[in-house]
This record gives sequence, C-alpha cells and structure tokens, in this order.
Amino acid sequence: MAIFTRAPKAEPILGQNRLVANLLGLLTWFIGLLFFFPLFWLVLNGFKEESVANASPTLIFDPTLDRFREVTEANAGLLSFAEAFGNSFWIVLISTIFVMILAVPAAYALAIRPMRKWRDVLFFFISTKFLPIVGIIMPIWIIARDLNLLGTRTVLVVLYTAMNLPLAVWMLRSFFAEVPKELIEAAQIDGCSLLGQLRQVILPIVAPGLAATALLCVIFAWNEFFFAIQLNPTGASTIPVWVNSQQKFQGQFLAGLSAASVLATLPVVVAGWAAQKRMIRGLAMGAIK
Amino acid sequence: MAEVRYEAASRLYPGSEIPAVNELNLDITDGELLVLVGPSGSGKSTALRMLAGLETVTSGSVHINDVDVTLKPPQDRDIAMVFQNYALYPSMTVAENMGFALKQAKVPKEKRNELVREAARILDLEPYLDRKPKNLSGGQRQRVAMGRAIVREPQVFLMDEPLSNLDAKLRVQTRTELADLQARLGVTTVYVTHDQVEAMTMGDRVAVLKDGKLQQVDRPRTLYSRPANRFVAGFIGSPAMNLVEVDRQKGGFSLGGVDVPLNDETTAAVAAASGSSMTVGVRPEHLALGSSGLAGKVTVVEELGSESYVHVSVSHQGSDEVLVVRSGGETDIERGDTVHIGFNGPMHVFGTDGERLGS
Repeated sequence: MAIFTRAPKAEPILGQNRLVANLLGLLTWFIGLLFFFPLFWLVLNGFKEESVANASPTLIFDPTLDRFREVTEANAGLLSFAEAFGNSFWIVLISTIFVMILAVPAAYALAIRPMRKWRDVLFFFISTKFLPIVGIIMPIWIIARDLNLLGTRTVLVVLYTAMNLPLAVWMLRSFFAEVPKELIEAAQIDGCSLLGQLRQVILPIVAPGLAATALLCVIFAWNEFFFAIQLNPTGASTIPVWVNSQQKFQGQFLAGLSAASVLATLPVVVAGWAAQKRMIRGLAMGAIK
Repeated sequence: MAEVRYEAASRLYPGSEIPAVNELNLDITDGELLVLVGPSGSGKSTALRMLAGLETVTSGSVHINDVDVTLKPPQDRDIAMVFQNYALYPSMTVAENMGFALKQAKVPKEKRNELVREAARILDLEPYLDRKPKNLSGGQRQRVAMGRAIVREPQVFLMDEPLSNLDAKLRVQTRTELADLQARLGVTTVYVTHDQVEAMTMGDRVAVLKDGKLQQVDRPRTLYSRPANRFVAGFIGSPAMNLVEVDRQKGGFSLGGVDVPLNDETTAAVAAASGSSMTVGVRPEHLALGSSGLAGKVTVVEELGSESYVHVSVSHQGSDEVLVVRSGGETDIERGDTVHIGFNGPMHVFGTDGERLGS
C-alpha cells in the first residue's frame, strides 16, 4: 500500500540517458496503475447502482452508499455481516495469539540454542506448507466431524494456528538469529533467568519482527477461505465466506458483491497501512537476511 | 576479593581434534590484573569464557576463591564481563543498563540508583544516564560497559578485548585510565587482548598463549628480558626481537662470521644441549651501528623522531638475513649505505625445540 507515499526524487544514474530514464519511469507508472486498476474499479463499483455497475463501464455516476447498506443488513437465516465480522475477528485474534505463544519459544530454541540438525527441523516446519490443502481436506473434515467441530469457530482457530505456525517460526527464527550472542551472554552474567533474558533483553530487540510476523498471521487468517467454506460454511463462519454468500442466483449482484469485497479488504488495508514501516523492515529482515 | 585458579583446564570443541585451550594451569592472585595475550586462535578468549561460564570446561577445573565453579552457570559465579562489542542492551538507557544486574539481584531501587550514580561519577557518565546506547559515542559506550561491570562490585572482572573498537588515540588514553581504575578498585581482573603493547602496559602479569597452550606467565619486564621460548621472544616487543637460525660451532655461534658474545651460563647451557641448529635472538636496542663489526647494507630506515629503526641486510650462512637495529633519532643513515653492527646487550639463545637456553 505504498502507492501514495512520497518518494525522494530519484537522481539519474551517471551515464544514463535522461530520455530513457523518463520513459522507464513512465512505463513503471503505467504498470503500477495497470495492477491497481482492478482494485480501483472494485471500489468504484461498490458505490454504484446495480444497473449502472452492470452497464458499460463509466467513471461518471451518482455515488450511493445503498449497496453497503444492503450487504450489511442482516438477513434472517443467513450469515450476516456483523456475525461474520465478529467470527473473523475472534478467530483471527485467538489463532494469532496461539501462533505467537507457540512460535516464540520454538524460534528462540532454533536461533539461540540450536540443537543438532536444527536445519532439518526448520525444513520440517516449512515442509508442512508444501502439502496442497485440497489434498488433505478430507481427513481433516472427517476428524472435525468425529470431534463434533464442524461448523464451529474452534475448528478454524485450530487450523489457522496450524497453518500460520510454520511461517511464524521461520520468520521469527531469522529475527532471533540477529540478536547479538553477546547480549544474551551479558544478560546471563548479569544474573538474568532464561525467561528474563527472553522478556527483558531479546523481545524488545525483536519487537518489530514480532509485529511483522503477527500482522502476516492476521492477514493470512483473515483472508483464508478454503477451510472456512469446507468446514464451517454456516452461521459461525468468517468474512470471506460472507463475501462469497453475496453472490446471488438471480438478478444483478455485481455492485453489491463489490461493496462486500471492499468491506472485507478494508481491515487488512488499514492494518497493513498502519504497520507499513515495521512490516516492510520486518519482511526484508526476515526474508532476505 | 578473589583469587582465580585454572587447574589443567581444557576446552575441546566438538568435532575438533585439537583443544582450543590445552591443560591451562594458571594462578591469579587477589587484586591482580592478569592479561591473556596471544595471536588469534591462541585460545585466550576461550580461556576467559571458561572462567565466565560461557564455555564448557571439557576437562580440568576452574576455581574462584577456592570454590570449584567449573559446573556453575555464569550467574552464580559473581563475575562481571566487558565484551569487545560492549553488548549494551539497546532498549535500555545507560542507567538501566548499568543497574540491570542489580535489578536482577533484587537490590532495592534507592540503593540501585545510588550505586549507578556512583559508578557514573567515576566514569564521567553522569550527563548521559538517560540516553540510549545508540546515542552515545564509541568511547562512551565503552565506559557504560565498564560501568555495568563495576556497579556490581563482583569478585572478578573479565574483559574481552574491551578497547579494540576504539580508535588508536582513545585506546591509548583509555588503556591507562582502565589500568588506574582497576588498581583503585582492587578487583581481580582477567584481561584478554591480542595487542602485546596493551598487555605489557596494563598487566601486573602477562600470560602468553599459543595454540591453546600457555607459553609463559610473568611480569611484563621479565617476559621482555627473559622470554621462555622462541615464540614469546618474537611475540613480545615492538619492533620484534631479531631471531636468526645459526649452526652450532665449537664453543658458540657466529652470526655472519662475527662471534656472538654469550655469558658463561648460556655457554654452559648451549654446551649441554643437543641439536646442531639453534636460534639466536637479540633485541634491536641491543645492536649498535658502529665502525666495526658485522657488515651489511641498509634496506629500510624507519624514522620515528626520538629514535629510528634501521633494517640491515647481512649475509649469514649463505643467505641474506635482515636485522633491525635501534638507532638515535635524526639519523643521516640512508638506504643503500653500508654499515657495521656491534652487539651491546644480552643475547638470547633458543634450542632446537625453541626453549630458552641459559639465563
């Protein structure tokens, strides 16, 4: 979401042709706008009447909030926006808290007190992400059914925790690995307990990394659709399932669906924008180094 | 007040055949500043970390005040350590950094602040107590690291190359301040450095290590005047001692055809030793340029102002050897001049095994 941030005016590289540089700049803008356009159109459509949205594309129309009003109104018997939002909120929050509680000690162990073959362990973590989820949904569904968890928020909390944990361990490990060894040794000599070292010395240093990791978990859990539609398609489900339910089998629904999509996207955009600096630094630190 | 003792302490890293520290025996007396010095890979830092409890002792033992601490964790050893990169906690202020250990020890806040202020006063850090480490200069950070060590009033200070990140001028200044501070506090200190000048100027005693083995431990002056072996002779002193391989002849040695003067004790020791090739060592200040003696050609003149070092190439046993001779300042000797070298000081002789022969 860095589109609107002001960048310092680029200095032309020595020896570079100014015309070529300008053309490249223009091309970059064009590609950027090309990528941004669908999102822009989606937002625009959300403010249109259904008839206008379904007619030939136009930039000139009377904006209305009616579609937003319609989609957020509760319909008896169906998943309402308020319910879905509440479900998503709690599922995302609780699963992310679980992920962080489990990932911090795991990452600490892998980065700061690695045992033999720690690389294999790390690979095992990430290898769980290699499985195509569609290939393992059946056993998961059966287990969930047998445990009476189908259609509950619990099943999604458990699955989202499992889904995000490898990524969080992987990311946090690289943040922890950047903590100078001497700091931990100094804390040891200063008489700090293991928990104290973690709380008072290490966590303040890796705070940006924690924030970036947590944000990523939030985004992935918020956006998750497949588990939600398979295991929990009804009243206890999440925002992506609600957006999907805005498709209608008769009549026009493009503008309404656009409005729903905008509502689903908004929290992530806001969270991402708020954490932008930390997250970019976090992603760069975690991924590249 | 504390004494420190290493008893045949070794550290073998897993997967390595040669111990990083090999059966180290060392007694450090109460209040002493002992310097561990050696080239990189000599095991000096490992030896220090064994005392800190940051490194496992594979065999042997380490004692502080006659208490065997070999298996104790660092926090139970009552030590304080200054790290090469200072290891200041970046999220804490200077005062919090210095008071951290006291906080862990549950010292009441009032008392803690008092101790921190006292240490800050000694180290001229009072104006910076509320700053974060990133807003300090290198020298200030170094002093905070020192402060963190002294507020605890530990049994032993451990210092791992604490001055090596300072620029040359500040290092020389801090060196004397640190030695003075240590003497005033009277806390037993083990100090690691690779810089032999630092070792000589700061240490009450200096322990020279090489390849994990203790070569010699003694007062700086003795180390300089009576090096126990060839390695110490070459390592201590700047510029280094001239060391020349010589073939043994009846009754003594000759260097480039000129007899090397030896005292009676050395002559007797050389006569009793076996081996045909030995090493003769002589410090640059114990050679003199004159009108007679060993002839050679000047290759380099290092003019330092108060004195100069003249590098002279001499022919010895069929090859060229360069001897460094200390001469007065403002010399008019130039590269290419032919000069004569005379011996005017003690000569050192090291046997085939590199050990010192005679006094």
